[in-house]
Amino acid sequence: MPSLLNIILIPLLPLLSFVWLGLSGRRQNHPMAGWLATAFMLVSLLLSIQTAFAYFSGAGMAGDSYRPMLVWDLEWLPFTATAEGLAIHTGILLDPISVMMLIVVTSISCMVHLFSLGYMKGEQRFGMYYAYLGLFTFSMLGLVLSSNIFQMYMFWELVGVSSFLLIGFYYQKPAAVAAAKKAFIVTRFADLGFLLGILVLSYYGGSMDFNQLIQSLTSPESNELQEAQRDSFMGLSALSWGLSLVFIGGASKSALFPLHIWLPDAMEGPTPVSALIHAATMVVAGVYLVARLFPVYALSAPDILQMIGWTGAISALIAALIACTQTDIKRVLAYSTMSQIGFMVLALGVSGYADGNNLGFTASMFHLSTHAVFKALLFLCAGAVIHYVHSNEMDQMGGLRKQMPITHISFLLACLAISGFPFLAGFFSKEEILLAAYTNYKPIFWIAIFTSALTAFYMFRLYFRIFWHKPYHAAHHDDHHGEGTWTMKWPLLILALGTVFAGYIPFSRFVSATGKPFHTSLHIEFSIAPVGLALLGIAAAYYLYGRQSARPEQMQKSLGFLYTSLKSKLFIDELYLFITRNIIFGILGKWAAWIDKHIVDGLMNGLADLIQWIAQKIRRVQSGRVQDYALYFLIAILGLLLCAKWFNQF
Amino acid sequence: MMSNMLILMKQELALCLLIFLLLILKLVKDMKNETVLTLTQFLFLFFFILGFIGNETGELFGGMYRQTTSSIVQKNILSLGLYLMPMLFASWMRQHEHLLEFLLLMACVTLGMFLMISSAHMLMFYLSLELSSIPLAALVNFDLRLRKSSEGAMKMILTSAFSSGILLMGISFIYGSTGSLLFDDIAASGKQSGLDIAAFMLFFSAFAFKLSVVPFHFWTADVYEGAPVPVAAFLSVMSKAAMAFVLMNICFLVFPHLFDWWHQVFLILSALTILTGNLFALRQENIKRFLAFSSISQVGFILLAIAANMPSAKASVHFFLLIYLVSNLAAFSVVCLACVHHRKESISDFKGFYKKNPFLSWVMLLALFSLAGIPPLAGFFGKFFLLSAGAGRGDYFFVVFAAINMVVSLYYYVRLARMIFSTEEQPVLSKVFIDPMGKAGLIIMAVAMLILGLTSWVYDYLNV
Repeated sequence: MPSLLNIILIPLLPLLSFVWLGLSGRRQNHPMAGWLATAFMLVSLLLSIQTAFAYFSGAGMAGDSYRPMLVWDLEWLPFTATAEGLAIHTGILLDPISVMMLIVVTSISCMVHLFSLGYMKGEQRFGMYYAYLGLFTFSMLGLVLSSNIFQMYMFWELVGVSSFLLIGFYYQKPAAVAAAKKAFIVTRFADLGFLLGILVLSYYGGSMDFNQLIQSLTSPESNELQEAQRDSFMGLSALSWGLSLVFIGGASKSALFPLHIWLPDAMEGPTPVSALIHAATMVVAGVYLVARLFPVYALSAPDILQMIGWTGAISALIAALIACTQTDIKRVLAYSTMSQIGFMVLALGVSGYADGNNLGFTASMFHLSTHAVFKALLFLCAGAVIHYVHSNEMDQMGGLRKQMPITHISFLLACLAISGFPFLAGFFSKEEILLAAYTNYKPIFWIAIFTSALTAFYMFRLYFRIFWHKPYHAAHHDDHHGEGTWTMKWPLLILALGTVFAGYIPFSRFVSATGKPFHTSLHIEFSIAPVGLALLGIAAAYYLYGRQSARPEQMQKSLGFLYTSLKSKLFIDELYLFITRNIIFGILGKWAAWIDKHIVDGLMNGLADLIQWIAQKIRRVQSGRVQDYALYFLIAILGLLLCAKWFNQF
Repeated sequence: MMSNMLILMKQELALCLLIFLLLILKLVKDMKNETVLTLTQFLFLFFFILGFIGNETGELFGGMYRQTTSSIVQKNILSLGLYLMPMLFASWMRQHEHLLEFLLLMACVTLGMFLMISSAHMLMFYLSLELSSIPLAALVNFDLRLRKSSEGAMKMILTSAFSSGILLMGISFIYGSTGSLLFDDIAASGKQSGLDIAAFMLFFSAFAFKLSVVPFHFWTADVYEGAPVPVAAFLSVMSKAAMAFVLMNICFLVFPHLFDWWHQVFLILSALTILTGNLFALRQENIKRFLAFSSISQVGFILLAIAANMPSAKASVHFFLLIYLVSNLAAFSVVCLACVHHRKESISDFKGFYKKNPFLSWVMLLALFSLAGIPPLAGFFGKFFLLSAGAGRGDYFFVVFAAINMVVSLYYYVRLARMIFSTEEQPVLSKVFIDPMGKAGLIIMAVAMLILGLTSWVYDYLNV
């Protein structure tokens, strides 16, 4: 039995570091602040490992499958005690996926804490940076452990807030502030969907606790489920509405098409933050949410699950296409994240629930874990490169393999892993995803395999542009430091080790949709096609970018409009901007302002001129305003009466 | 009878005593404002505590006055507001030459509200409504040197006289139809004829006017703009809360038989109110007008929950109004502190406010986010329970509409927050002096906004 104290301490330690560093505020810029926060994280990581060990080695086992354990439960907000009332609980839920996420979050967070010691050294708000990291880790861990959908929503928002703070960390930079604002607003809009989804699901499910919700919405004979499927609104059943609304919340956090627009801009934050939040942990919250409610999706609303699968596939493809054209290395990585998350989501979409048919679920969670490792590694390497070159642009780089050997090797390993090169971490998880798609839903499989080839291409484009391409000229600044401090190199090495070995974890023994472990085997003959395509992608990247040449430009020219539209990210940002600026503020806002100015603000201005003119004509000195209000009042009452009359008839 | 009255009406009687005490104090020459303020602080505090001791429920005066468990909660929320007023607006009050009259009128208005909440008879209700609105118009006029203030007061008294006329017409129709003015008799009659519906609509229009439900809201912005900031705060918080409580009590208890009608009307008006309030708030430049419109849109949410007509709706309205009271008073208090010294009321004057006034800026940020309903601040829970009450009745369209508007409102709240925290420009307003009393009040407000939503005892208390 994992001890409650240990589990509670896991999220509490980062919170403690946040409170302590946050309260000591701007004065606390000593390197010790960072070391302390890192030590806290390390303890938290060890506790997570201990918990995972305890859970998987027996405590979580019931019969032949893992069961969810509610280790702590409290009636938190007793809103109304009556039968139709609402009492919101709070608690800690341990099940295979939450335990897995605990490990992922704490280990990546720990690496990022360590890496930042060197990367952020000498920053003005060093202490605050670690405070925010602590806040983020706390809220992410809280989200993962939530036993209740409302509790999850609270942490969900908290995660959003800490992401906002970290994206806007360089608040003197206008771009960073704009990016933070954008992320905040986009995710707010989508969180609204989440909130409404919670209202619908909890109303029909009769509870907000995940366990009860799943129980009442999956068993075919339950009244709740029948009612939720019977009631419909605009052609969709209430259950489908609830589940899709919840998914919208998840889609924005996970940057799925078309709610992904905030993610590339979020790269304005410090690079280690991108590694932690916008690559490994926060952005998979949406995947986690769908996985959390997976039985409901799979058993009661397979159509919605299929839609989710398509959303994932489309995001994966579009992001991969856009990634091929970007020149800012962090943006390439951002789009690659979006594409990989698309993979995880499509895997969920093609998965079934029953034993033997739920490979997709396991594969998705597997890919989530391995991706966290190698994507964090990629970002940290990019951070090291940016630290060295002082620029995000590919044009400033090239030939860095001699200056930064450790970074080079780690980056290469991570690139190979993400491309699905055999026997590295990404290979195993991606093969499982492709296999699941192949057996369950062919159209998505074709998209996935094409995207996987593209992935190899753009990742190696990135790799060649940074480390080969042309000899490095350190012209624009003094080469005053080497590859970075050892605190920056160690995390790279540890993560590189993870990239090599994480794929050998027998994941399906631990995580499956029903909780029942099963055995997966490698199908060599199935792997030939994806691996072959990936190699082809790498070769193409080498041909175009291995050395400096005119080939890429020729290709860009021949692709013409396609290239420009991809480079400008398919004009999606512009579309949103058009809608908000022209329609909401332009038309609605202007209209409202006009009415206020000319009608409400009184008959003195604008429309008032007319009345005044009449007033002058009939030579009666009157302000006219209050009478007018009385007139409106009267009209309104007549309207009310008419309204009542109208209802009376129906 | 007498002892019964002493217990049931203890708060009203205490208020009467308080009013007489203030009148007597007025006779004393050379009372310093500082002394008066400290004294009333204590009196209001005792008054607030009194609301928690020895409460009983029952009826008086042949069923004209009724104390119930929910009216006790409602009165306590209001007396909390009354207690906070002199604390949060001390800086303004201290300077005023007629402070005693101000406090006295405020106590009168509150007395009217208390009687209104407890009334169980139409005439009793009407009289207490007038008691709570006429002194309020005098309060609006309290910036004695400003013409705008007198103009606002004039507008308010005229339009509210008009609404009272309509209200009386509604009451007489009700009497004509049911033959009684006692709430119980009206409820027992259960009549649903056209006359009853028309009477209810006329009756409701007075509430709509006081609550500034669109399209009865036209007076609001002008009056808020003219009124001194503390009075605008009082109008937007206390007066609205009292009216919302009474509307809810009356709709649930007196007119349940007309539910089908008012349900629909309330929903439509709520959507209209939320939307109009939001659209007008989007581009306001004057901060008082801005707060006026944003408070209009908040009323729409309350109406949505009242339309649900369930026990959980009642609890959610109580809870929301408590939080709204805290958040809005905090916002007004910051505006008051900033404006009183500089006589500037434009939103753009708050540019870079953070540089000189970090404490006030943080409180304002909390207040704005709480009003916007961002978790984990209290305002989020308030809105969440209002929406879930609406969803419980199955009014999904209106719930979705309201929720979308929650995000739209975020835009203008954040715009103000961004203005306050912008680092580029030179601040317009210099450092504001905060007296210890005001600072303590603001700290209480900030803590309340942070924890009210997260603590379960609040729910336990309001859950009646």
